[in-house]
Amino acid sequence: MSKSSLKQTLKDLDTKKISIRELNQDYLKRIKENKNLNVFIHFSEENVLKQIDNLENDNSAKKLKGIPIAIKDLFCTKSMPTTAASKILENFNPTYESFVTQKLLDEGSIFVGKTNLDEFAMGSATNTSFFGNTINPLSKENEPLAPGGSSGGSAAAVAADLCLGATGTDTGGSIRQPASFCGVVGIKPTYGLCSRWGIAAFASSLDQAGIFSHNVEDASILLQSIAGFDQRDSTSAKVDIPNYFENLDDDLNGKTVGIPKEYSIDGTPMEISQIWEDAIKVLEKKGVKIKNISLPHTKYALPTYYIIAPAEASSNLARYDGVKYGFRSDEIDSLDEMYENTRAQGFGREVKRRILIGTYVLSAGYYDAYYLKAQKVRKLIADDFNRAFNECDFIVTPTAPSAAFPLNEKQNDPIKMYLNDVFTVPASLAGLPGISIPFGKDKNNLPLGIQILGKHFDEQQVFNAAVSLERSYE
Amino acid sequence: MNNFIKGEKHDWEMVIGLEIHAQVKSNSKLFSSSSTKFGSSPNSQVSLVDAAMPGMLPVINKYCVEQAVKTGVGLNAKINNYSVFDRKNYFYADLPQGYQISQYKYPIVGEGKVTIDFKDGTSKDIRIVRLHLEQDAGKSLHDQNPSKTYVDLNRSGVALMEIVSEPDIRTPDEAGMYISKIRSILMYLDTCDGNMQEGSLRADVNISVRKPGDDYGTRCEIKNLNSIKFIKQAINYEAKRQIEILESGGTIEQNTMLFNTSTGKTRPMRNKEEAHDYRYFPDPDLLPLEISQEEIGKIKSSIPELPDELKNKFIEIYKLSNYDASVLTAEKQTSDYFNESINSDPELKNHAKIVVNWITSELFSLLNKNNLDLNNSPVSPENLGQLIKLISTNEISGKIAKDVLEDMFSSGKTAKQIVDEKGLQQVTDQGEIAKVIDEVIAENPKMVEQYLAGKDKLLGFFVGQAMKLTKGKANPKMLNDILKQKLNKKN
Repeated sequence: MSKSSLKQTLKDLDTKKISIRELNQDYLKRIKENKNLNVFIHFSEENVLKQIDNLENDNSAKKLKGIPIAIKDLFCTKSMPTTAASKILENFNPTYESFVTQKLLDEGSIFVGKTNLDEFAMGSATNTSFFGNTINPLSKENEPLAPGGSSGGSAAAVAADLCLGATGTDTGGSIRQPASFCGVVGIKPTYGLCSRWGIAAFASSLDQAGIFSHNVEDASILLQSIAGFDQRDSTSAKVDIPNYFENLDDDLNGKTVGIPKEYSIDGTPMEISQIWEDAIKVLEKKGVKIKNISLPHTKYALPTYYIIAPAEASSNLARYDGVKYGFRSDEIDSLDEMYENTRAQGFGREVKRRILIGTYVLSAGYYDAYYLKAQKVRKLIADDFNRAFNECDFIVTPTAPSAAFPLNEKQNDPIKMYLNDVFTVPASLAGLPGISIPFGKDKNNLPLGIQILGKHFDEQQVFNAAVSLERSYE
Repeated sequence: MNNFIKGEKHDWEMVIGLEIHAQVKSNSKLFSSSSTKFGSSPNSQVSLVDAAMPGMLPVINKYCVEQAVKTGVGLNAKINNYSVFDRKNYFYADLPQGYQISQYKYPIVGEGKVTIDFKDGTSKDIRIVRLHLEQDAGKSLHDQNPSKTYVDLNRSGVALMEIVSEPDIRTPDEAGMYISKIRSILMYLDTCDGNMQEGSLRADVNISVRKPGDDYGTRCEIKNLNSIKFIKQAINYEAKRQIEILESGGTIEQNTMLFNTSTGKTRPMRNKEEAHDYRYFPDPDLLPLEISQEEIGKIKSSIPELPDELKNKFIEIYKLSNYDASVLTAEKQTSDYFNESINSDPELKNHAKIVVNWITSELFSLLNKNNLDLNNSPVSPENLGQLIKLISTNEISGKIAKDVLEDMFSSGKTAKQIVDEKGLQQVTDQGEIAKVIDEVIAENPKMVEQYLAGKDKLLGFFVGQAMKLTKGKANPKMLNDILKQKLNKKN
């Protein structure tokens, strides 16, 4: 099965080689054939057909007209329910459209459905969803694999060719790690590049929307469509968005890549180290200067992340209380009982675990030792990167410490699960852009990912390095 | 002078600090564009942000920030160039986010002070610790249904300024004067409408008692008082309660109290152990608030005259007493009215004391009787000025002026119109007055005899008779003079 790219499809639509209806019928067919993957929380053929009808009657030129896109079910959408993969929002129908999805609609794209995720984006395997696991399309029969998470549904949707692109959100690696697991491209831009308005919040200071696609060119086209300043998000950045696609340049001659020694971690599988070395060799051949750098506070990134993210989550999720919208328990005799039973029954285990951790680290008497200290370490981690970027143009590391693992493998060991984020979390804490591209395979022929990190708002450099590596790998 | 309370065993002193919650005067809320209008139908002024829908984000309302800075300047306080919004986390049905956005470690306004003036001419400074911005919560309505509570989110997200004083207050009266002064300043600045009945201004009172000279005792906090009367009542009751406990050998528990306005008593709401852990942390949805010196300067220059400045100006220009001047400046509408009235005619400047008296006694009592205030007074400042000019130029007597004012109040006519229509001009014609006096003397020969025999008190009788004949219009001084002259001639 050779997947057509977004770039090629846009051409085919333009030259009338294919119609919007034919194109989407093709995707609809595959979506129906792949129901077993449990990629979508919400899918309605009727809704897709209605969108096709509307676009056929629309004569205006639009950049993504007719392009089938899958939306992570954390983005609020008017035309489809939004659940955050949680029972507590099981029947929630927003009356508003998130900034990112509105931009995609404005460009004429078609939403094929809302994709599965870890509940409130908390997880690394898309196995904490109230709506069940998503299965990695690369699984072999009788050996289902995890698609990674939290944006596992979106990564799987692209990998199974159920859409030409998908939105994701990345808080500590939730785009990059599943992209790596599913063998697709996933970019998390700089914190503040895309407005968070209308995305159910997990950890506000880390959450960032991004894109999954079949290749780097497609990612560059789609990211440009969803980026931009939004006055409704105070943390949204007022920066000019370049035309990433037009500016793509795979000539890296004279650039410097930073290779952080702290990312060589004991116990990392040989295959991971191997693809990292391979990537460095490829770059070297292209005239890139290799610079060994140090990011000395890397080892504190994971514990820092698992203090800050749950702290913010414990507060962000307080609004799901059964009072205004969403699930409310039937067993209520008092206000306190309403809170207790609604939240006990409405949230899953992982969400409750993180709310408890977050509540603990913010409590009087513990705040200084945990939250405040974590904020200080976060600053040190960001400083590490700032220093490193004085010496290099971009940084290359592996995306994840392993290929896709079997479903349920790490289900009962949260610490093991959290270790999946070891290479992605530091850049999240520093707010830096990062992309994962497929690069090499493990011994079971499963894809592995290489991560490229750039300076703040230097997505162009990230794309350039990525497209260069991608082209040399193909 | 001390303010000690006599106990059974010895004297006690109250130590009081106030946390005033003042609603920022602004058309829209602190972090959303919904209206802040009071009294609208429930849940008609609620945006997606106010209802804490998933993915909604707060955006600071710059006008509210300016209002807070303005207020800080009016409280002689330090304006902080850098402040931070924090989340105060707790669950309640009318708190949709599950947290209140407030300012904890870094408030927008730092230390300041206000001065309160006593009747005896002395004054006292009350120090202010800080002023910070925060969101108000919605309202839980418990009385709409026997088994349900309804929530109205119209107030949810409305901007409040919390103004925290040092424990510098020592009596219930001082507490009342302090909150009146704060209210006055806010209203002059137009940063709060000062309407305590609608809850635009309410206070939490911290109070402890101690033996004079001792360290501070354990305090209790009385929540959410919305009138000066209740504040004083609550303080008095709570001080008495604490003194009784201490004098019988007990200790005070650090409690949060509620005041029952119908019984006049306080009762504990929660104790220290039950106190919430609010888990404050900086709101990651908002950037720190940075205000440049330049912006502060701009706001400073837009500030109108404040009551203390105006008071001193009135004393200086019009030679008013400290007390008159402070009564006049306590409310902006009073000083505005006075200004307009006294400036309506150049001659009135020499009769400032009369203008003050007519506003603060005659006009105020008419307004009170009719449940009105100066803002909707049927008598305009210019018309009152005209009336006072008629008095000062002896065109009418003070006594008749009172009737004229009442007439102006109900008919809306000007003083001149009424005086002309009813022919109330004072009689100042010597001949006319003399004629009336001659009549009175002629008609009362016996009384004249008695007067001449030494019964001086009868002078009043003759004045009364003559006034009656002139329908009160005779100039009293001239009447007196001429009467004495004529009677003495008889001698």
